[in-house]
Amino acid sequence: MQGPDAPPSDAPLPAAPPSEVLVALSGWGRTAPTGARVTSPATTEAVVAALRAAGERGVVARGLGRSYGDAAQNAGGSVLDMTALSAIRSIDARRGIVDCESGVSLDRLMRLLLPLGWFVPVTPGTRQVTVGGAIGADVHGKNHHVSGGFSRHVRSLELLTADGRVRTLTPADDPELFWATAGGMGLTGVVLSAQIQLLAVQTSLISVDTERAVDLDDLMARLDATDHRYRYSVAWIDLLARGASLGRAVLTRGDHAPLDQLGPRQLRSPLGFRTAGLPAVPRGIPGGLLSAATVGAFNEFWYRRAPRERRGQLQSIPTFFHPLDGLPEWNRIYGPGGFLQYQFVVPYGEEAALRRIVETIARHRCPAFLAVLKRFGEGDPGWLSFPSPGWTLALDIPAGLPGLGRLLDGLDQEVLAAGGRVYLAKDSRLRPDALAPMYPRLDDFRALRARIDPGNRFTSDLARRLSL
Amino acid sequence: MKNALGQPQSLLLLGGSSEIGLATARRLVQGRTRRVHLAGRPSPALTAAAAELTAMGAEVSVHDFDAAALDTHETVLGKVFAEGDIDAVLLAFGVLGDQLKDEQDPMAAAAVGQVNYLGAVTSALVSAQALRRQGHGSLIVLSSVAGERARRANFIYGSTKAGLDAFAQGLGDSLQGTGVHVMVVRPGFVRGRMTEGRPEAPMATTPEAVAEAILVGLQRGSETVWAPGALRVVMSGVRHLPRPVYRRLAV
Ligand SMILES: Cc1cc2nc3c(=O)[nH]c(=O)nc-3n(C[C@H](O)[C@H](O)[C@H](O)COP(=O)(O)OP(=O)(O)OC[C@H]3O[C@@H](n4cnc5c(N)ncnc54)[C@H](O)[C@@H]3O)c2cc1C
Ligand SMILES: NC(=O)c1ccc[n+]([C@@H]2O[C@H](COP(=O)([O-])OP(=O)(O)OC[C@H]3O[C@@H](n4cnc5c(N)ncnc54)[C@H](OP(=O)(O)O)[C@@H]3O)[C@@H](O)[C@H]2O)c1
Repeated sequence: MQGPDAPPSDAPLPAAPPSEVLVALSGWGRTAPTGARVTSPATTEAVVAALRAAGERGVVARGLGRSYGDAAQNAGGSVLDMTALSAIRSIDARRGIVDCESGVSLDRLMRLLLPLGWFVPVTPGTRQVTVGGAIGADVHGKNHHVSGGFSRHVRSLELLTADGRVRTLTPADDPELFWATAGGMGLTGVVLSAQIQLLAVQTSLISVDTERAVDLDDLMARLDATDHRYRYSVAWIDLLARGASLGRAVLTRGDHAPLDQLGPRQLRSPLGFRTAGLPAVPRGIPGGLLSAATVGAFNEFWYRRAPRERRGQLQSIPTFFHPLDGLPEWNRIYGPGGFLQYQFVVPYGEEAALRRIVETIARHRCPAFLAVLKRFGEGDPGWLSFPSPGWTLALDIPAGLPGLGRLLDGLDQEVLAAGGRVYLAKDSRLRPDALAPMYPRLDDFRALRARIDPGNRFTSDLARRLSL
Repeated sequence: MKNALGQPQSLLLLGGSSEIGLATARRLVQGRTRRVHLAGRPSPALTAAAAELTAMGAEVSVHDFDAAALDTHETVLGKVFAEGDIDAVLLAFGVLGDQLKDEQDPMAAAAVGQVNYLGAVTSALVSAQALRRQGHGSLIVLSSVAGERARRANFIYGSTKAGLDAFAQGLGDSLQGTGVHVMVVRPGFVRGRMTEGRPEAPMATTPEAVAEAILVGLQRGSETVWAPGALRVVMSGVRHLPRPVYRRLAV
């Protein structure tokens, strides 16, 4: 059969004109996809040209898309996939400084630098982020209480601003633009390259102490008492445990192992970087697989499996820092509805607020896999940098959970009242008017953007949603 | 922008005084929606709707819009979209007609089609084009179970909804990968002024319940929403009944 009455399979597909070809992009949570024109500039000149060519809906840089929400997407406008801008310009192996383009991933830096005895100064819970994304969100790691955020270790960076100029910024000479860019979510311009100060290590192994905490009080007491002894510290907390077990957790803390802690076999290649991975999670997993019952059973198993206490265990970097990277595309297990991450910080002294929040989440029976609790150190100078002294909690939740909007709006209120804030790199649903009280330098940020980018060349879905 | 929970910040309601439309608008304004455009024929009901949503804290503007005036849709809606992004368009206008009378008056029957089908086609196309340009947004189309299988009692109305439903499904498919989401909503019998004085069908529901189903559909990114949800199963059975059996059941 031919013509207009042909069955669907025979229907001719109309070809869209090329200028109209859009790609739907979303963040790691796979919620709220929007269409944009995506280009992958591989040189500085190409980035400048792409900025010029961007239409009235502006442009934003995108790294590896590991932010959970809508930070690295720009509906109806242009998105620059920065991963092609990935040259390593130089490595100073004596002083531990790498100069690289912004599309280079931390994974690549680790593979390159570990054999030379250097490690990235800060790594988030995944290595699959770019240097540009690490600066854009001013990411933190398990060493925040010791080392601060990523951008503190950036000695200088090149920034393409809306006027088409490439500026080299250092924290000393250009504190305003530098610290507006660090944590500025790509809205001050495109970071083209950065010089990063690295950390010297003797081995590629981490010496890890593991202990269990039976409840939230026990957990906070342990973290309070001994965090300062460790470079890296984090606790995995079971938010489905209730009653007396509320807030039970497993603490894993450690530091880079010195040479003399290695056995003969490990000494054969003390700086080797090995990753073991499973095959990627397949597409097309239906939603609703994760319920409070299935996730609760997993959490239970995981808690019981952890040793009550164990000292000085040698773990690989992927095992200690990036356990989820071993399961590529793990975000697909949430099905087509996607998921979101809620991460907030409340100041020290607001432990009661933290407890109320943990109780609320537990009461709501959110099917949340192990959440992460950590103590932050001093706040970072980035105007919109997230970390500030206090307790930070991060949990993943399926986006289709009934009542989720109201639950999280309520938690925001609790966080706000305690003087805390939520993390923009994870956010996908905050109330716009809650942002200013959380980020006191927001007005400065907006004013600077109005000054250096009056035509609003740089924008994103996040910027539109929250009027950044 | 819509957020991860499908909550829009701005809404365009086509059929600005529709009961289902307003029940949905109220719920959305209680969420993230601040900017509301009501498009409809001027009437006290439309003015009252604007006042009510304003009192709830929304910034409301009202636009003269006649679904039957097909050649005005580009201009009227073009102006609305020129004011800024629209995160959700709710196509809620529609007329039930008077089946028995309209069977005797072909032009009256055509008027039902003019609003429910043709008016929806033109306004949905104008909206879809604008949403596509902005790269995001949901177009929510109020279809009806009446379009699922023609009934003796309302096949003029039912056939317009069948056409609209097929059109909206195809439009949704054509917008795959553009960031634009089309959601087809199929309510059953909804108690309200449209159905006033008519015998209630089984599984009757309310405008508020339909609104709730729309919000859940937005949160899940659904392409099809039945209200109540159980109609999905019921109608998949009804669809396969042999004609003589169906004729005896349906009124
Ligand atoms: C499993 C997992 C664990 C995580 N753990 C942590 C953690 O422990 N700590 C933490 O802080 N974060 C964590 N994150 C979040 C992640 O580190 C940040 O979202 C990071 O920004 C992602 O980098 P990306 O290269 O994917 O950037 P994208 O997600 O693509 O972009 C993030 C932001 O940076 C901007 N950007 C990207 N490249 C540039 C550039 N070249 N110039 C200017 N702006 C740019 C984008 O516009 C956007 O606003 C985690 C994420 C996942 C998925
Ligand atoms: N009620 C039900 O049982 C039911 C069931 C399934 C589907 N639906 C569908 O759901 C939608 C909303 O229905 P409802 O229950 O909310 O009924 P409603 O309150 O009667 O709303 C219908 C709306 O359509 C508007 N309208 C009619 N003709 C128009 C025109 N030419 N131009 C502009 N607007 C016009 C009406 O505006 P005026 O005030 O100007 O007339 C009114 O706002 C309709 O599409 C309906 O078909 C309803």
